[in-house]
Order: sequence, then structure tokens, then C-alpha cells
Amino acid sequence: MSVFVISYYSLLLIGSSLAAYFNKRSIFILLFSLTMVSFVLGIIGGSGTLVMVATFAGLLALAGMVSYSFREALIMMAGPELAKELRTAPLTAAFGMFVIFTYAITGIFAPWIAPYGEAQIISAAFAPADENMLLGADQLGRDMFSRLVYGTRNSVGLALTATCLAFFMGAGAGMLAATKGGWFDQFMGRFADVIMSIPSLIFALLMLSIFGSSMPVIIVAVAIIYAPRVFRLTRAVAGNVVVMDYIEAAKLRGEGTGYLIRREILPNSMAPLVAEFGLEFCFVFLLVAGLSFLGLGIQPPTADWGSMVRENATLISFGDITPLIPAAAIALLTVAVNFVVDWMLFRSSGLKEH
Amino acid sequence: MSHDKSVLLEIKNLRIEGYSDEKWVDIIKGVDLTLHRGEVMGLIGESGAGKSTIGAGAMGYARDGTRISEGSSIEFDGMELTTATESEKRALRGSRIAYVAQSAAASFNPAHKIIDQHTEAPLQYRLQKRMEAQEDAMDLYKRLRLPNPTEIGFRYPHQVSGGQLQRAMTAMAMSCRPDLIIFDEPTTALDVTTQIEVLAAIRDIVEQFNTAALYITHDLAVVAQMADTIKVLLKGEEVEEASTKEMLDNPKEDYTKSLWAVRSFESPQRHRPKDATPLISLQHVDASYSSGPKILDDVSFDIYEGMTVAVVGESGSGKSTVARVITGLLPPSKGEVLFRGTPFTHDYRNRSKDELRQCQMIYQSADTSLNPKVRISEIIGRPAQFYSGLKGTALKARVDELLDLIELEPSQFYNRYPSELSGGQKQRIGIARALAAEPAFIICDEVTSALDQLVAEGILRLLDRLQNELNLAYMFITHDLATVRSIADEVVVMQQGKVVEQGPKDDMFTPPHHPYTDLLLSSVPEMDPDWLTTLLEERGIENLGDAAAAKMSK
Repeated sequence: MSVFVISYYSLLLIGSSLAAYFNKRSIFILLFSLTMVSFVLGIIGGSGTLVMVATFAGLLALAGMVSYSFREALIMMAGPELAKELRTAPLTAAFGMFVIFTYAITGIFAPWIAPYGEAQIISAAFAPADENMLLGADQLGRDMFSRLVYGTRNSVGLALTATCLAFFMGAGAGMLAATKGGWFDQFMGRFADVIMSIPSLIFALLMLSIFGSSMPVIIVAVAIIYAPRVFRLTRAVAGNVVVMDYIEAAKLRGEGTGYLIRREILPNSMAPLVAEFGLEFCFVFLLVAGLSFLGLGIQPPTADWGSMVRENATLISFGDITPLIPAAAIALLTVAVNFVVDWMLFRSSGLKEH
Repeated sequence: MSHDKSVLLEIKNLRIEGYSDEKWVDIIKGVDLTLHRGEVMGLIGESGAGKSTIGAGAMGYARDGTRISEGSSIEFDGMELTTATESEKRALRGSRIAYVAQSAAASFNPAHKIIDQHTEAPLQYRLQKRMEAQEDAMDLYKRLRLPNPTEIGFRYPHQVSGGQLQRAMTAMAMSCRPDLIIFDEPTTALDVTTQIEVLAAIRDIVEQFNTAALYITHDLAVVAQMADTIKVLLKGEEVEEASTKEMLDNPKEDYTKSLWAVRSFESPQRHRPKDATPLISLQHVDASYSSGPKILDDVSFDIYEGMTVAVVGESGSGKSTVARVITGLLPPSKGEVLFRGTPFTHDYRNRSKDELRQCQMIYQSADTSLNPKVRISEIIGRPAQFYSGLKGTALKARVDELLDLIELEPSQFYNRYPSELSGGQKQRIGIARALAAEPAFIICDEVTSALDQLVAEGILRLLDRLQNELNLAYMFITHDLATVRSIADEVVVMQQGKVVEQGPKDDMFTPPHHPYTDLLLSSVPEMDPDWLTTLLEERGIENLGDAAAAKMSK
């Protein structure tokens, strides 16, 4: 029995006893069941498994503490109204916001953070990590870490622009259709159906092979693929708003369509749209990464997470996890965005805890 | 009377808390209540007084976000509900305590036939076999005087009218012969003529089965017909309790007196100016929605400057459609709307700004008529900016002036959102928005029907004052004849899209009437506790409510 194992069990037991003493039911159940599970794990897997469990718990606790401090920091910086909203955010949402914040900083300040240029060859192909290279080199001898940092800017930036464009087109058309109604509504609806009936990846591949794969083409293609979904949602949400009396009052006042959409309908459809924005962003991001993986997305030597996975894929057969790091970056961002979206959906749907 | 008169429900020191702004606040602050078997108790008070919360509490139920605090005691037939388990309470609900909700249309499940929903409770509690339960349901439908009692239960809720559905719901509450029924505003959503049938039916059936009832309403005249005792509530506290007769004749507390006195307001009758052209004149107007049946059939009446015309009728009579025709939302298929003698453009989309400005609307529900995401300053400021082109300090001065007009302190309300206002304040903002356009004519669509009586009277007084100051003409769409009596100068009675009678108010309220007007007038509950009994004796149940209206239209 090493010192680690003894202190591991004693910490758990002290924790669960304290929880029981102070009547914290859920904490007690958590700690005590963990103790029980650890007995089994310790017998089967030895202290190595316990180290893993401890590390995992430590990471989780670390993430929790980071999220907590980040939320408190936000609350302190924000104005009184925003602070009230932020207090309702669960730790998962705070974690999501922290990750998004980190990605944003990384993307914006990429040239200052990255030690090398994204296309700069500095060592042999697939060189292992050393004091110069945090994550080793890729298949051409470029620094993985620097490319990862630049990739934030390229991949996230591209996905964000495409989502914004999709929302601009989709939401605009949706609110217009809901306001105008009649044949215009029908026409837009059927047009959206037509676009949605084409499988998205095939549509993207088609567009990219016709117009060549440049940034603007990717953005427009992806935006066209996702705009109909936004259109449908917006039309449904706005449809519930346009029947309200205040819209009738504004129409009778003689207001134009522009004012109706901007001042009366949009503010009242904002909450579901923001939540949808987060969801669609994830889908767009995955589609862009998929396109890069197929070699049709962002073209080399520009760093991009999807293509980084593909280029280094051979390393997996040697048991190296390097190609999984960009994939993990994608996964972390989508999870983070979803955490925040969950919170927003919860708020906008007006659900209350029992 | 051989009926058992023992205590059925005893509530002591009931406190219910609600969770808001991250802390628990008392909603009900210690109410005591004793209900005997076969007794009907009326709970009255304004919205927010906690009537419905007490009603739900009598079932041992606290809604989401509320809880019954410690120290409260709810004893139902010897059983303490605050400490009972959920399954014990569930066994009571439906079988021994039943609940009738305000909106039957929203409370029935639209996907199942009425009788299947009716028999659910007896089957669940294994009191009756399905066929027995169905026969019993038909018997109850007959007692509640539903038409075709053997057949009506096999319809779906949307195939039955609102008043019939409300009676079917009362029948459903009766299905297990409960000891206690809680009626939560069962007739508030109904027309007067329909309401009277439901009231008579409820009263009969409660008497027949010696059922105790809690009758929750804000309408004093209704509660006077139904209840043996009345309890007045204000902000979660009891004001006073007494037998109906005593409460009506001799209220003790000031608050109760103010409730009783609420219908005292009456504006003096104005008369048509001689040789003037009417401000708005409808001439032989027909209208229908996209090639459907005619909603309006040859409707003509005039509205003169500075006068109030009340348009009365039940739901479906075409009152609101008249408003839609005048505002241009529904162009008439035949006939003409004249404004100061010249034809008004039919479709609002083709009207000029000045035409649009002349005619403003105030809506029934202030919740849906004010944009919740826009500040008061902009809601009121926008029409002023839009029509008069005011900007900057001139606009702010105008908004302040309008807020002063509607008796709200500008500095306090300027930057608020609609959700931060009470119902009456919201309705005032709706009025200010209409005034901001400087119109000659305002359509008031059921403006007071969603408000408490005290608040409603405040709104009526405000509208009357504004009319005198600004020489406005109103068209008042309402089904509430008390409102008509207090504010109208002329009355137009509508039935099924036709004008059946029109004339000055004083003439309308003195006989002889058109039979339909007579029916409407006689259906308005009065504060006299014997009113319903007398009326039923005089006219007989067949000559009341929908039945009578249906006879007339044949």
C-alpha cells in the first residue's frame, strides 16, 4: 500500500463522513459510491487505475473551479441587469463560455501566441515533441501547436462567417415570409424545401467543384445549405408574433415592413434564434471540418483543424494521438457551445426548476 | 332539511409561499376557512388576491413554484392534507374533491371524446363499469339541461359550444359524486346569455347532490346568486366573511364597500348635434372572410363627434368585425364607410397617413397589444414621431404630456417595459398610444373585460374625461351591459351580423325592447341574491340563454 492509495481512500472517507454529518445528501451519495467503486477498481486494476480516477476527478474539479471563477469574474464586470442573468447560468454554461472565450482570444491573437508561422517548416517530418515544439511536428515538419493556434482563426472564423450569413439570409427571409404571408410565403417555403431536399454534403461538393474551393465559395455554399433551416424556424417563431395585437396596431399605424421586422418582430423572436445560432454553428463547424477532411475545404498551406486531422491520420497506426488533438479541439468547442445553448434554451423556454 | 351539515373542510392559518426573485414570498398570509357539507362559499377579490391559490390549496395542491408553508392546516373530512402523501391526496382528487376550471375549452383534451374524459375518473377509481358510467354521464347531462344528452358526450370538445362545454365539465366534476367541488371562475369566459344557463345548472346540481362548493369569481353579482356565504380577499388576506344577504346589505369593511359601489359611475347622456355630418357612418355594410358566409349583413349606423356608441352583442355577433371594417383590416364586400361625409378608403394599406391617424384602436388584452420588448417611451413616442414627425426634446415633452393625461407619473414610467406594469397601467399605456396619434375617433374593443372591476372603473372614468377634454368619439365594443350603462350615449345591439336595435342609451334601457335586447338585458346578473330564482320563475328555463336566442333567430 503506497502513501497515495492510503491518502486516496482516507480523503474519500473523510469527505463522505463530513457530507453525512452536515446532511448533504447528494454529495454524500456521490462520494460514498465513489469510495465503493474505488474498492472494486483498486482490487481489479491496482493503484494505476486509482491514479487515473484521481486525475480525472481532479480535472473535473479544476474545470469546475475555473468555470466558477470565470462566472464570478463575468458577474463582477457586467452591469446589474446582465449580472442577474449571469447568476442563473449553471457551471456547465460558465465552462462553455470560458472555452468560447479562450478560443476567441486564441483566434484573435494567433500571430502573437503561435511561436512559429503556420506554413513554416522547422524540423523533420513527424518529429516528436521537444522543448521547441509543444506537440511535435506534422507530416511536413511544421509546428503542430502553431498550426493549431492558427487553425482556430481559420476554422472558427470561417464557420462563424458562414453561420452569420446563413442567419442573415434565413432569418430575413423567414420574417419577411411571416409578415407578407400569401403567395410570397408559399414561394419561399417551397424554395426552402427544394434546397433542403438536396443532401448537404453532396450540394457542397457540387458547388465547390463547379466554382473551385476558395474561402468565399465555401462560405456562400455552407450558408445556402443552412439558411433554409433557419428560415423554417424563424418563420414559425415570427408566425406566432405577427398575430399579436401590437403588430396589428403597428400595421394600422401605417408602418412599413422594414420597421415591423426590425422593431416589432425581431426583438420578440430573438431568444430562440440565438439558441438556434449556437446549434447551427456546431453543425456548420462540423460540415466545414468534414469538407476539409475530404480535401475540398480550406486549401493548404492554410492551417485548418479538419485538414490537420487528415494530414496526420497516418500517425494513428503508430499509436500517436497527435491527429486527435485538432479533432478534440473541434469536439471541445461544439460541446462548449452546446452547454451555453442549453442554458439559453432553458431560459427562453421559461422552464423553472421544481 | 335532512341534509347532513357537518364540517367538511376546515382550513386554518393557510400560508402559501411563492418563489420569485430568488426568495420565497408569502402569497397567502394566513387564511382560515370553514366549509360545511352542502354549503357554497364564494371567494371574491381582485386578480392577485389569491383566490385560485386558495382553491388549489383546498385540494392540498400547490402549483409549481409555490409551496404550502409549515403551520398551515387543511383538514378535509377529518384528513389532514398538508401531511398526507401524494398518493393519498391523489386518491381524493377526482373522487371526493373535483375542480372546474375557468376555460373548459382549454381544459378538455381535444383528442378525446367528452364522455371518455367524463368516465375516466369513475373507471380509474373502480366506482362504476364503463357502461354504467356512460349512462350516469347521460343522466347528468340531462340534469344540466344539455341538448341531446344521450348523444352530446360522443362529440369532441371542439364540436360543442363554450357554454355547453362548461356544463359538460361541471357534469364531469360530478361524475364521482364528490363532497366538494372547486369552481374557478367557471363563467368568466362566457357571454351573459350563456352564463345564466351555466349558473342555473350549477346551482341546481349542487343542491341536488348536497355538494359543498368553493365558488371563485371576481363578479359580485354572480357570487350573490351562487353562494351561501361570501369571503372577501385582498392580497392574500381575508377582509371579511359573512352570509350572502348580510354581506350585500351591510358590508363592514371599507374595501368591501368600495367593491360594492363600483358600478356607480355613469356619464351623462349626450345627444346628437343637429345638422352635423356624422364622423363615421356605416352604410349598408356587408363583410365576410375570404368567400365564407356573411359575417356582417347590411349593417348601418352613425357615430357623431364627441359621442360614445356602444356596440353590444354576444361573441360571434360580428361586433369585432365591425371594428375591422372601419379600420380597414377587412374591406367590406358591399356598402361604404364614410368619414365626415367622404368615403373612407376600404383597405388600410391604401389609406394615407392622415386617414390612418384619425382612427385608432385600444385592444382588449393589454398583454398582447403592447410589444413586451419595447420601452414605454417608444410605445407611446412612436405614433407621435410617425405622424407628427416629432424628434428629440419635442418628442420627450409630448410623451410626458401623454403620460400626464393618462395619470401616470412620467419620470417613473418613461423607461419601463410593459412587463413591469400592472394590468390597469398597461391598458392606460394602450390608451396613450391611441391618443398619441391625435385621432378623432377611437375604437375600444372590450377594453375593460380583462380588468378587475375597480381598475375597470378607473379606465372608464379616464376615457370619459379624455372624451370631454379632447372631443373624441368612441366606438365601444362590449358584451358587458354595465359598461354600456356607465359610458355609452348610443347603443347598437347586434345579433348574428345584423343590427337588431339602435338608439340613445336612455331609450334602450327602458321598455319596450326588441326581444333580443330584452334577453340580453334580463341576463345581466344583479346584486340581488334572489335575482336568478325570480328570473327562472318568471321566464322558465326554456326562455333563457342560448335556447331563447336560438328560437329568436329561427
